[in-house]
Amino acid sequence: MMAETGKQEYTRLTEKRVLFIVGLILILIALAGVAVTLGSANLSVADSYLAILAGLFPDAVDLPDRMIESNAVGIVWGWRLHRVLFGIAAGFGLAIAGTVMQGVLRNPLASPFTLGIASAASCGASIAIVLGAGILSGSLLVIGNAFLFAMLAAAAIYGMARLRGMGSEAMILAGIALMYLFSAITSLLQYLGTAAKVQEVVFWMFGSLDKSSWPKLGIVAIVIVAVIPPLLWRAWDLNALAEGDEVAASLGVPVERSMAGFMLAASLVTAVIICFTGTIGFIGLVAPHITRMAIGTDHRTLLPASGLVGAVLLLGADCLARTLIPGAIIPVGIMTAFLGIPFFLYLFMRGRDA
Amino acid sequence: MPLLCARGVSFAYNERRVLEDISFTLDAGEVLGLVGPNGSGKTTLIRCLDRILAPEGEIHLDGRDMLSMSRPEIARMIAYVPQNSGILSSATVFETVLMGRRPHLRWSVSEEDKQTVSDALSLLGISAFASRRIDRLSGGERQRVFIARAIAQDARVLLLDEPTSALDIRNRIEVMALLFRLAEERGLAVVAAIHDLNLAARYCHRLLILKDGLVLGQGTPSSLLTPGMVRAAYGIEAAVKDEVGVPYVVPLRPSDNDRPVELP
Repeated sequence: MMAETGKQEYTRLTEKRVLFIVGLILILIALAGVAVTLGSANLSVADSYLAILAGLFPDAVDLPDRMIESNAVGIVWGWRLHRVLFGIAAGFGLAIAGTVMQGVLRNPLASPFTLGIASAASCGASIAIVLGAGILSGSLLVIGNAFLFAMLAAAAIYGMARLRGMGSEAMILAGIALMYLFSAITSLLQYLGTAAKVQEVVFWMFGSLDKSSWPKLGIVAIVIVAVIPPLLWRAWDLNALAEGDEVAASLGVPVERSMAGFMLAASLVTAVIICFTGTIGFIGLVAPHITRMAIGTDHRTLLPASGLVGAVLLLGADCLARTLIPGAIIPVGIMTAFLGIPFFLYLFMRGRDA
Repeated sequence: MPLLCARGVSFAYNERRVLEDISFTLDAGEVLGLVGPNGSGKTTLIRCLDRILAPEGEIHLDGRDMLSMSRPEIARMIAYVPQNSGILSSATVFETVLMGRRPHLRWSVSEEDKQTVSDALSLLGISAFASRRIDRLSGGERQRVFIARAIAQDARVLLLDEPTSALDIRNRIEVMALLFRLAEERGLAVVAAIHDLNLAARYCHRLLILKDGLVLGQGTPSSLLTPGMVRAAYGIEAAVKDEVGVPYVVPLRPSDNDRPVELP
């Protein structure tokens, strides 16, 4: 009888997790509708959905005249939708990257920020902005450099993961060391740079969705679509790694190869996002925690759910950032911290009481 | 044919030799107790047997060379309960035991997997807290959860590193009796590193005494546990009594250890 209870409770837990994910998807869809309405041209939420549908199926949707006159479809598809979708993709990707890093390293402090990937990207961007030096030229100069440096940091972490005997704590310490190294280089460049260049660097580091576009969204989407399904498929390996390397090995996980693969995938997703947005560091740290508190640790559901939490957080923060002060857009990287940290602390304190 | 067969197993951490030429065989239905002082290589040997470490020498599992087996293949044959490592996830007890099914399942959890977990939970008497978080349990409860995970793994060989170290005297007896029963009833081969010589003597079919990475002796508890062997392994004087056919080691008081006396 007792044994049956355990099974039933597990089944209920699974249902709760699926419900959580479905709820998040609905919230995200609603939020996306609201986000598309924001901007100088007035559009209702219903009009926004209609405009989105009209863009997808031009023949099937009968638009009212007022929407044709105001070029609603053009505004939504040309200006607003890619930004909203980019926010979703970025939040989703950063949160999943953070979840994977925390899972592999068994450390709640692990994130693209604490492992030095974000500061490496900033450093790369600063070199491009201040010195004008980089691997690519033109509008891709800064983006290319940010990506290259983020991947350099990732490669360093990958190399350390492959090194025998490199434990998770050592990797985090090494990541933090990398973070300081890259920050120091960035500071040096700011010290040497002209005021205008320094301002540009600072703006880049804030992190925002202002620079989004369809091609950039396409690149991020391709990477996410290529990387996330294999991660989800390997969710059991993350579950096993959470029990310790030895246990994971005894459960059939090729530990070193698996860890390195996970770190590489998470780093790639992070790099491709922050090279376009600048540093939005907070999502990758907090979204996994919020989700774990809500639905527990099974990565089969934790990964997609925390991705969705990240998307909701980032998109919600961007909406607020654009509306809080009329006429001004607060960088979303700052807004996510203002919004998410009090919420996170609240959940954390509540969790402690329970 | 023995289920587990080790021949000339040696291992070194960098330059430090930890195991030297260990050989033994283990049949299905047998419990082998690894005993010996701290640092004698018990944990290292267990890790080598699960190929978490790659030793020199040969280890055959059901007649197959383990070198030719993949990690998942080994996981379906051997389950391992490590010493309390301090690593704790915040998964529930049910989920932790379910992890034992990982070598068998692909992605989704079948009804059969859940049943196996349920059975393992009731076998260890921990069904009542199936939904509690593992990091909220006492040391003894947790130890049972990890043993349940190994049992849910449906492996033919069980390796346990100090399975009783966190347990009180009643729990020790219950866990060891369970391992003994599993070996005899399900035909498992069990290897357990145990510090408590008397517990080992009572519940192991055979003992293997390690000292400084070498086999000091192996055989049945009665043939092996002598005052001379205790002196050789641990450097202390002890009397060995006979408790209904099972040897019982009583260390002499430290002050007496220089001048051994016979207890009545």
